[in-house]
Amino acid sequence: MDDSGKAYWSATLGLLGKILVVWFLVSFGAGILFAPALNSFHLGGYPLGFWFAQQGSMYVFIALIFYYRKKMGEIDRQFDVHEE
Amino acid sequence: MELQTTIYLVVGATFALYIGIALWARAGSTSEFYAAGGQVPPVMNGMATAADWMSAASFISMAGLISNMGYGGGLFLMGWTGGYVLLAMLLAPYLRKFGKFTVPQFIGDRFYSKSASTVAVACLLTASITYIIGQMTGVGVAFSRFLGVSSETGIYVGMGIVFLYAVFGGMKGITYTQVAQYIVLIAAYIIPAVFISIQLTGNPIPQLGLGSSLSGHDVSLLATLDKVVTDLGFPNYTTSDAGGMLNMFVYTMSLMIGTAGLPHVIMRFFTVPTVAAARSSAGWALVFIALLYTTAPAVAAMARTNLIRTITPGVVMENKDPYAADSQILAADRPDWMKRWEKTGLLKWEDKNGDGRIQYYNDKSKNEAFKAKAEGAGWKGNELTVNADIIVLANPEIALLPNWVIALVAAGGLAAALSTAAGLLMAISAAVSHDLIKNVFVPDISEKNELLAGKISMAVAIVISGYLGLNPPGFAAGTVALAFGIAASSLFPAIMMGIFSKKMNKEGAMCGMLAGLFVTLFYVFAHKGIFFIKGTEYVDLIGGPNSFFGITPEAFGAIGALFNFIVAFVVDKMTPEPPAHIQAMVEAVRIPRGSGAVTGAH
Repeated sequence: MDDSGKAYWSATLGLLGKILVVWFLVSFGAGILFAPALNSFHLGGYPLGFWFAQQGSMYVFIALIFYYRKKMGEIDRQFDVHEE
Repeated sequence: MELQTTIYLVVGATFALYIGIALWARAGSTSEFYAAGGQVPPVMNGMATAADWMSAASFISMAGLISNMGYGGGLFLMGWTGGYVLLAMLLAPYLRKFGKFTVPQFIGDRFYSKSASTVAVACLLTASITYIIGQMTGVGVAFSRFLGVSSETGIYVGMGIVFLYAVFGGMKGITYTQVAQYIVLIAAYIIPAVFISIQLTGNPIPQLGLGSSLSGHDVSLLATLDKVVTDLGFPNYTTSDAGGMLNMFVYTMSLMIGTAGLPHVIMRFFTVPTVAAARSSAGWALVFIALLYTTAPAVAAMARTNLIRTITPGVVMENKDPYAADSQILAADRPDWMKRWEKTGLLKWEDKNGDGRIQYYNDKSKNEAFKAKAEGAGWKGNELTVNADIIVLANPEIALLPNWVIALVAAGGLAAALSTAAGLLMAISAAVSHDLIKNVFVPDISEKNELLAGKISMAVAIVISGYLGLNPPGFAAGTVALAFGIAASSLFPAIMMGIFSKKMNKEGAMCGMLAGLFVTLFYVFAHKGIFFIKGTEYVDLIGGPNSFFGITPEAFGAIGALFNFIVAFVVDKMTPEPPAHIQAMVEAVRIPRGSGAVTGAH
């Protein structure tokens, strides 16, 4: 792989890493591991940990995919590997 | 109009629509049959993927399970949506760039080995057939309730219908049929939820209604539900987890990576025109899925609330004492929907203490204070059993909604079950005809015979799964979760390493897949019987149920996947690295440019 190819791949992996951290934090973090602690806070009538497990994590997942699509498009053009 | 007539009309009309679309879009060449010529736009593909994805487990079973489990049921919600993030980022764009029809083709080419492809076919068939068993059970339950036939007859009717449009339509037929099915099933899910949310909270949006106060009260719905269920001896709704934090963690992980490893979902991403479209397709799919998935917890909590309101009127809204002698309804006054469901055997009532009233509570409660109160009230055991799988279908009846809503839910449940079964059959058919027969056994097979072989393998798969569906290994959702575990432990790691590890070789990938599959099946079969045949369980051999750190068989896929990764890397280190042209191919797959149309050729 040439240098530009290496840089493209590491930019891609960097983006994936960042997104996976958020992915993990909202579901396994806020929805499971920290849910009991978060339940002492409320969002409307929802205990917060319960909200993350049954609502919030899913909204964040959607945002993550569209953010990924946008950022990947930018990375593709930056390294000139985008489709015509 | 009579309820039964309305149901026949609505279900009949939707079926005519699906079959009409399938006939209209009848496919010609092999390439069109499987991948719709690579011309399906992202929003449409997202909708079809959503219909494909949301099966009887999501539509019929899930909210009922959440209703019983409370907070712990969130593992289905997080697991079955979070997997899309993995799918969108780790697999879909790269598999689209790779440009083949099927998962075994990718495995076979990337790991330069027909044996690897054959191992992948075995994993795919195990996962898909397990999945369809669950669907067939769901189809049978839905048909038996709504067409007034036995569940066996329901399964036979379902087998026939699935076969018809899977065989005559091909992928293109299925794609547009599934867009129609998505619209039917989402309307069927959301309309009753909106009605019920307005009834209970005055808020028309169920997602907000669940976080609101009950109409005319200043206490939130969830807080009220917590109080009422604990008064009846059940675990607290918003905090009870599913078999402990570790099991919930592993279970969620298993469903997530299973989502990203399921062949019929992955196949969807071969049918989009470009790599960029593969990325957005996954996003759109999740939008359409989340519409149902964020509504489900509201359906669950509100159905539970309504059920308790029905059995113990006044306890929820007027804060009456649940233990008072006249708090429970008289059996003679029970609503019609209970009588209708009693006929299916899925809802049972039995007057244990002979007082003519129905007591619904948790008689397995360990709470001494509660047990004393129950005894003081003269309760002699729980008198009402409601099968979790009927909650969604019965929900509009419980809330006394109009007949057309009840009929729409029936049509939605059938759409969900049939669309997923059809998508899975496509994956099975492609695996057998393309990856086994053409690539391994009869390389010079004609296109016509290849299509024929695909159709025959669909028919065989329908018969096998229909047969096993008559005696299923568990509830629809439980069976489906097992299928996810199998996909998670076998296919997901192999595909991921194929893209993200340039040096992973065929020996590593094959040993990994076999190890993951074997470990998972060993644990699952110990609990559920060898090949799900009743009476062949060997759970004592592994030290009792859930003996591996308390992890349930449905949650075990994540452990199997970990095993797969470890075995693959160890074997990889001890065997020669892949040839240079394979490593170059992996580099080419990683960049989007040059993604041509999908071809079946090698």
